[in-house]
Parts: sequence; C-alpha cells; structure tokens
Amino acid sequence: MLEHKDIVEEVKVIVFRLEDEEYGVEVNQVRSIEHMQKITRVPRTPEFVKGVINLRGIVTPVIDLKSRFDLGEENYTDTTRIIIVAVDDMEVGLIVDAANDVIDIPVNKIEQPPAVVGGINKAYLRGVAKLSDRLLIMLNLDKVLSNEEIQAMSSMER
Amino acid sequence: MDMNQYLDMFIEESKEHLQAINENLLALEQNPQSLDIVNVIFRSAHTLKGMAATMGFEKMAHLTHDMENGLDLMRNGKLAVTQIVMDVLFSCVDVLETQLNQIIETGTDAGVNVDSLVEQLKAIASGKPAPVAAASTPTAVSTDSAPAPQADDVDLNEYESTILQQSKEKGFNGYKIIVRLEEKCVMRAARAYMVFDAYERVGEIIKSEPRVEDLEEEKFENEFMLVLVTQEDIEKVRKTGLNVSEVATVEVTAIDVHQSPADSVAQQVASQMEPIVEAVQQTAAAAVVAAPVAEAPKAAAQDIKKPQLGKSVRVDIERLDVLINLFSELVIDRTRLEQIARELGNQSLYETVEHMSRISTDLQNIVMTIRMVPVETVFNRFPRMVRDLARDLNKKVNFVVRGQETELDRTVIDEIGDPLVHLLRNSLDHGLENPETRRANGKDETGLVELVAFHSGNHVFIEITDDGNGINRNGVLKKAIEKGIVDQFAAESMTDQQVYDLLFHSGFSTAEKISDVSGRGVGLDVVKTKIESLGGRVLVQSTPGKGTKFSIQLPLTLSIIQAMLVQISDEKYAIPLSSIIETAIINKADIKRVHKQAVIDFRGRVVPLLSLEDLFSIPRPEPLGLEEENVVIVRKGDKMAALVVDAFIGQQEVVLKSLGKYLTGGVFAISGATILGDGQVALIMDCNALIQ
Repeated sequence: MLEHKDIVEEVKVIVFRLEDEEYGVEVNQVRSIEHMQKITRVPRTPEFVKGVINLRGIVTPVIDLKSRFDLGEENYTDTTRIIIVAVDDMEVGLIVDAANDVIDIPVNKIEQPPAVVGGINKAYLRGVAKLSDRLLIMLNLDKVLSNEEIQAMSSMER
Repeated sequence: MDMNQYLDMFIEESKEHLQAINENLLALEQNPQSLDIVNVIFRSAHTLKGMAATMGFEKMAHLTHDMENGLDLMRNGKLAVTQIVMDVLFSCVDVLETQLNQIIETGTDAGVNVDSLVEQLKAIASGKPAPVAAASTPTAVSTDSAPAPQADDVDLNEYESTILQQSKEKGFNGYKIIVRLEEKCVMRAARAYMVFDAYERVGEIIKSEPRVEDLEEEKFENEFMLVLVTQEDIEKVRKTGLNVSEVATVEVTAIDVHQSPADSVAQQVASQMEPIVEAVQQTAAAAVVAAPVAEAPKAAAQDIKKPQLGKSVRVDIERLDVLINLFSELVIDRTRLEQIARELGNQSLYETVEHMSRISTDLQNIVMTIRMVPVETVFNRFPRMVRDLARDLNKKVNFVVRGQETELDRTVIDEIGDPLVHLLRNSLDHGLENPETRRANGKDETGLVELVAFHSGNHVFIEITDDGNGINRNGVLKKAIEKGIVDQFAAESMTDQQVYDLLFHSGFSTAEKISDVSGRGVGLDVVKTKIESLGGRVLVQSTPGKGTKFSIQLPLTLSIIQAMLVQISDEKYAIPLSSIIETAIINKADIKRVHKQAVIDFRGRVVPLLSLEDLFSIPRPEPLGLEEENVVIVRKGDKMAALVVDAFIGQQEVVLKSLGKYLTGGVFAISGATILGDGQVALIMDCNALIQ
C-alpha cells in the first residue's frame, strides 16, 4: 500500500468538497457524517447558521460551511452531507457538498496556507496539504466554530 | 481497613450533624434553659467525635471531645448558657466545618488549628469562661489521650469507665485480662485474633492494649491486655482464653469501677451508653441463652430519643440525571407513538398506547419526585447566617422560616441558595432599621424577617419579607438618575413598581455607603439574572415605613414543561404554558395602532400585538389573508403581549433540551428546544425576552 521509507507522523483526515475545492478535517474531531435532513431554523442567527437538527435525541446546531466562507449559493443535492464535528465539547454540524474520503496525510506534507485560498480567510485554515495529484485545504475548526459572530449578534439584540 | 469507601458517608453524615448542632445551638440561644436541646447537641457532638476518631481525624475528634465536655457541664447545670459560651460553641461549629471542608479537599484535617478553641473550651469547662485568661489556666478536663479516671490499675478513659460503670449497674462484670501467648507461637496476630473472637462470643471487648490495629500487625511481644464486659464469672473468662491453643497463661482480674473517681462523669454520660450496654447484653444473651434479663435494658434503650432514620437511599445526582434523560427520550417516543396511533386508527394499538401513556405519566411523576428535595436543605443554613449578620449590623432580628418542607427540583435547589443569601442580606442591611430608629418610629426594637416557601400550581414561591422601612422611592430615583439609568423627567412619571424594578438594574445598589454586607460588587441584578435563568421571576412589593417583600416564583422542575405548540407558516414553536394567560381569536378590525405599535384591547387592557412572523423573520410563501388573527396572550410579571400565530396545535408536555453550546446565550427570545413526536426539533419561546 503505502511506501514507508521514513517513518513520518501522519494524520487521518476526512476529505469533503465545497464547490470544486477539497478540504480536510482531522478524523478525531469528527463524530459522524449524516445525510441531509430537515433542519429547524433558529430565528435571528447569522445567515450561515442553518438551524438545529435532532441528532439521536440531542439538539445539534448546523452551519452551512459555504455560507460561513462566503463561497456562494447553497445548493443541497443527494451528495450533501452534514459532518458532525466536536471541538471543546461543542458539537456542531457542518453542511458540505460531499464527503468523499478518509486518507492519511504525512504531517510534513502540510504547508502554511498561502495568503489567499479560494477566497477563504486565512485565519480559518491550518494549512494546505500537497498530495501527489490533489490539494487539500486543512481547516482550523477552532476558528471556524468560534461563535464570536453569534455573540456579537446577541449583544446587538440587547 | 480501607477508609476511603467510608469517607463519602462520613462527610455526608458529618454535614448533617454539624447542621443539626448549628440549628440546635440557635434554638438553645433562644431557649437557654432547655436541657433537652443541650442533650441533643451533646449527642450530635458525641456521634461526630466517634465518627471522626474512627476515620482517624484526630483534630476533629479532639475538638468535639472538648465540646462534649463543655456540653456535659451544661446539661448538669454546672455551666450557664451565656453569650460567651454560645459564641465559643458557635466558633467550634465553624472550625469543625472548616475541618470538614479540608477533609473534603485534602483528605486530612491536620491543617486547621484547633488549639485556641480547645483552650477556650477548657476554660469554659473549668468555670472560667474568660477566653483571654484561659490560655494559662491548667486544664481541668481530661482528654482522650490523658490518663483519665483510674479503674484498678487499668488506664481507662472516661468513655470506657462509663461503659464499665453502666455495665456494672446492669449486672455485668468488667475484667482485665492479660493474655500471654506461648514463646514458640508463630502467628501471633492470628492467635490474638482468635482470643478476641473467643471473648467476643461471651461479652464485649471495650479496650485492648496494644490497640487492635497493632495487634493485627503483630506489633506486640507475647502479651496483651483486654478489658472485657461480660456476665460470665471470672473462672469461665479465664477458661475461654485458655481454650485457644498456643495461649500460655490468662490472668483475669475484676475491675471495680465503683471506686473510680469517674463516677459522676459516668452518671452524666450514662444515657449515651445504653445502646452499647444493650449490645453487650444481646451478645451475652445470645451466648448464654439468658434471654429474660435482656428485656429491661432494651426497653430503657428505646426511651432514648434516637435520631430520625427515614428509610431512604442516597443516590448520586448524576445517576438521576441519566435516568431523567432516558426518561425524556421515552416521553418523546410516547408522544410519537400517540401520533402514529392516531394516524393509523387501529383500535387495539390506540388502547395500548393510551395505557402506556398513563403508565409513563405516573412514572414521570415518580421520577420527578425522586429529584425533589425540600427547600429545607437550603434554608437551614440561613438562621445562623442571619444571627451573625444581625450581630455584625447591631440589629435585632426575629427570623421566622416557614414552609421548609416545600419541595423543589434538585437542580433548582442547587442554584437558589446564593440569590436567597443575597436577598436576606439585603433585607437585613437595607430593609431593617437599627433598634434606635425602630423605637423612635414606634416599632418593636426587634425587626421581623420572614422566609416563606410554598407551592402554588406548577410553581414554588419563596418570599422574603421584612417589616423594615420599605424602599425609599426618592432614594432609589436619586441614585438611578446619578447613575444615568433614568433621566429626571422620566423619573417623575414612573410608577412605584417601575421604581422598585430599578433595584434590579445592573450595578445598582441603594446602600449609601458600601458596607461589609453589601459591598461585594454584586447587586440585585445578579439575583434577577439567576432566577430568570432558572425560568423564574422576582417581584418586589414595598410599603414605605411598613416593609418590603421580595417574591421569587420558580418552576417545579427544569427538564419537562407543559407547553402550547403553535404554528406560524411552516414553523412550529412551543410556548411555555407558565407564560400563557390565554389564547384568543381577534378580529382584524379590532387591531388599533399606538405610536405605530399594533395593540388590542384585551379585557380592558391595552396589550401590544407582536407578529412572530416579523420578529422571527419567518418566511411565508403566500400570505394567509385571514379576517381573524389567532393570538396567544403571554405575560411577564404584570406586563402582557399578544403573539400572532397561524394555528394552535395543542398543549403537550415537552422535554427541554439545550440548543447546544454553540448557540448558547446567543439566540433572541428562544430559551431552548424540544423534540416533537415526529422527530422534528421545535424551538421553545422565551416570552420574557419578547416583552420588554
């Protein structure tokens, strides 16, 4: 399978697609991958917060990742998935266009992100993994899920 | 023995005893002549001492022992219940609490210094209750370790000699037994154990030298000493020991406790010893089959007021939470089954589901009541607090607590303590006047502060009432204007209620100067926030010159609520029934406008009409175009609002779920979510946020 000339540390990532780009999140941050389902809208939340779903009895917020990154129209299809991630005992569902793959990436293949990647704010990125034939954008979930926007929203209301 | 497994039990029970002592000390302060109360305190202290000693908390045992001595003098009328004595006893309780806390945190009580208190206690016991002079006063009271009253040539502490004394009166003999094992004996500890075992069949061993632990660890040569209480004669006792193999000699001498100077002490502690004597009696009776004798002391033992032992089980709150969670899943499924049964129209399915619903309703009640705890657990720390506070403030207070038996969900109980502390402090500090002012105003010098809890419908009310000076409207307004909360003009037109509500404004304090009591940087706003976070509310009523009443309304439980489900366009929302006054259908023609705000006339009151569609920006493909509007009239305190909805789905029990950490604190007018029978999530509306 893989050629191990040197023993290099690897991370296992879930690969998903937004528009034409491929992204990766570390598998240990992913709880499950769900099919698209009915989402209950939560009023007066930022545009990218699509609402909440019933995840086996637990009410879980769901955000649209494209909308979060300003990557254009939401367009839910059969391949659309909700990736449930957990960061700091906070569980959130991420709506993505498709979840494709699970792969191991050698840590030394992950480089600092260039200034601009597909229009996404650099702060949301952990790096870019260059594999032989593909380019994976590694997300920094802590930043993506920072709920500052939501907090800002709520302070506006009060 | 591994003590750790008993530590939790020790901590729980110690807490209870300390609380009991605290309460009884307060009662004693009110009623200094009551020997009964002293006896009860004595018993608690005694039990604490025993427990602490067993667990190896020497300092705690030491302190309680000296407390016991002081209390003992009190119940024999040798020590008057004076303020100084009470103060020392109270500080003992404080130190014991500190010790207990330290045990909880670090597992040892070694860090708390009890010396000065012990000195004070000894001073009191020696009849010189001047704490300062006490330091040099030689101790008149013996302690556990000190060689106490001599019985024969055996060193016995007063506890032991009391048992002997008691036993003697009941016709038992006390023997000192010196057992010498054979030189070649290999497993000495095992032999010692067998000797113990043999003697415990005929009586009770009340002392051994060296201690049992040392014997077990073989920390002795060939000889050890026992003190045995038994009905047997001296010869039988000797033989019992010799029957154990590898025992070389058994030397038995009777202990004559009557010559012991501990007599008087023994008499005093007498009642304490009944159970032990009884135990001895029973052992003996079992061994010798001399049953009839056992009857008399047994009856005597029953006369002792034993602490109430309800048949109960301590359950870890986390387990209950798991149970509740599982149960709430069941409630969701039940609702879903009901829905399916209705849709299918199968009669037998319908009946089964109905039966299941009834059972689960009962089950729900039981599960809920398991979590119910009387407010007493929170209230019982207040009398002491009020006492100390009143002393600090130089005020005289008659503190009345009623309705302690009222039950509330454990989760609410845990949260309610701090707000209550704050309100009580507020009543004492700001509410009550000092005695001179009260006298000048023709009031009784002693102020009255009442803490009352009661049930009403689905709520529990807790009220804190004082008969102080009431809230000074102008004072509050002046402060509010100073702080820029209201302007001069608005201030004049405010109703009293609005003025009182200013007290809950953040950063507001009416204290002219910051005192020890109130100057903690927190105001009533914290109280309000806390109570509202529990789904409750706070109201203030005040009559100038007559007093103030804070009422707190709290829901019985936080996890399952009654709600009205409503639909707006395609969205469903749950409105807590506790917020709803009623539902109504109004004609569009009856909607008026005041300052661009739609209002309706509801039973003679002008109520603002709020469109949930607009407030929640609910998308609607086609306008409804009805002549009538469905409204839900909701309230927050005295204020009301009418919420426009498309349809009422119905009333049902919903299980409260959080929106998840990501959205916590961030969503306007939504307090949580619930899962409906069809698996969909519906949001629960927070009417308090809608009405401003």
